Amino acid sequence: MELTIKYFGMLAEATTIHEEQIQTEACFVSELIKKLKDQYPKLHQNDFKVAVNQQLVDHNYFINNQTEVALLPPFAGG
Amino acid sequence: MDSLHSRYHRQIILSEIGTSGQNKLSASKVLVIGAGGLGCPALQYLTAAGIGTIGIIDFDTVEASNLHRQILYGENSIGKNKAIAAKDRLVDLNPDITINVYPEKLTTKNALSLFAAYDIILDGTDNFSTRYLVNDACVITGKPLAYGAIFKFEGQVAVFNYKNGPTYRCLFPEPPKAGSVPSCSEIGVLGVLPGIIGSMQANEVLKIILGIGDVLNGKLLMYDCLSTRFSSFSIQRVDKQVSKILNTAKNFETIDYDLFCGILHIKEKTALEVFQLKDIQYIDVREDHERPKIESLHPLYIPLGSLEKEMHKIDHEKETIVFCQSGVRSKKAVEILQKNGFQKISHVKGGAIALFEYQSSKVV
Repeated sequence: MELTIKYFGMLAEATTIHEEQIQTEACFVSELIKKLKDQYPKLHQNDFKVAVNQQLVDHNYFINNQTEVALLPPFAGG
Repeated sequence: MDSLHSRYHRQIILSEIGTSGQNKLSASKVLVIGAGGLGCPALQYLTAAGIGTIGIIDFDTVEASNLHRQILYGENSIGKNKAIAAKDRLVDLNPDITINVYPEKLTTKNALSLFAAYDIILDGTDNFSTRYLVNDACVITGKPLAYGAIFKFEGQVAVFNYKNGPTYRCLFPEPPKAGSVPSCSEIGVLGVLPGIIGSMQANEVLKIILGIGDVLNGKLLMYDCLSTRFSSFSIQRVDKQVSKILNTAKNFETIDYDLFCGILHIKEKTALEVFQLKDIQYIDVREDHERPKIESLHPLYIPLGSLEKEMHKIDHEKETIVFCQSGVRSKKAVEILQKNGFQKISHVKGGAIALFEYQSSKVV
């Protein structure tokens, strides 16, 4: 399946992109995250939450037939 | 038309608001935490809209570097406390409302009683430690939280703890690693961004009070001002997180939110202080070969690398001072010990070199 991955805040800096399309088999969120961290080692330094099709999910959520995964970091600034 | 009605005329003629809506606004009390980038625009709109009572808490003072985004302030505000300087300007904007200022730091000691006196809390803080404190105090006192935060060109907006919806901890249960998320002062911020995000927070507050529209409840809104893109994500309430917070209610005053966010306060002693103290347990965390030894202090010798393994040798109850050669490794040692529950602990500024120099100067 094709997935759009969206990176916000410092995650866009860690990967140097805001968005990309990837081809992947159906998988758990944790597996996808591991793959992305292998590809972008700087992601290891950041904490973030994952939303699949605009819904916040756990790492044990199974991604199948979905289209969009967003990585959401916390912001502190004010 | 009296002056009150002419002031609010343009919002009263909105059928969704009317006189009854205006009365709701004037009967409401909103507390704004932090009168900075987010707090300033929120305060301006809330004041202008006629919120009856507004509280402003901020311990910080206005600096020249604030003025590109905190446009409530001007040259004359520089050096003044932000809560006080904000009130000075807001009173002119709308003299008909009550503005309470608290020129102090929000702490676990004052948060609960302060929050209890208001209907809605608006988070305009700039660090994780205070953000978790604000969220937890909102949960304990049962107040909705209009949340906003920014990073460079991006912002987040949400309403937490509203009508049984999620809290900030349902989104981010734990703070990120200390130092992994830079602040605006470290990384910079485009001035208009907190203006937009703070105004959106004020808008959520108005909707809650007026009971109109859809409140950003159970949603996290992300805004990117470079691509002009909004995205919104659904968040579920996590009851386990909420009850964990409620369980801390009794001991709330004793919680150290800095420690929770990995910000450690490391106490320092000078060589002069060290030699005036009595009944202290000293730990030398240098390697065996390092000189000079400070034998007069009778330290325990535990090199930094073995500290976690040999921690059992250290007396928990005793006042403890750690030193190394120059004061760098000893700081790390204090961090490790604090994380392991040691409390009466400090380190020597300048390390063994400073101790040795002081000792030698006394002998001569």
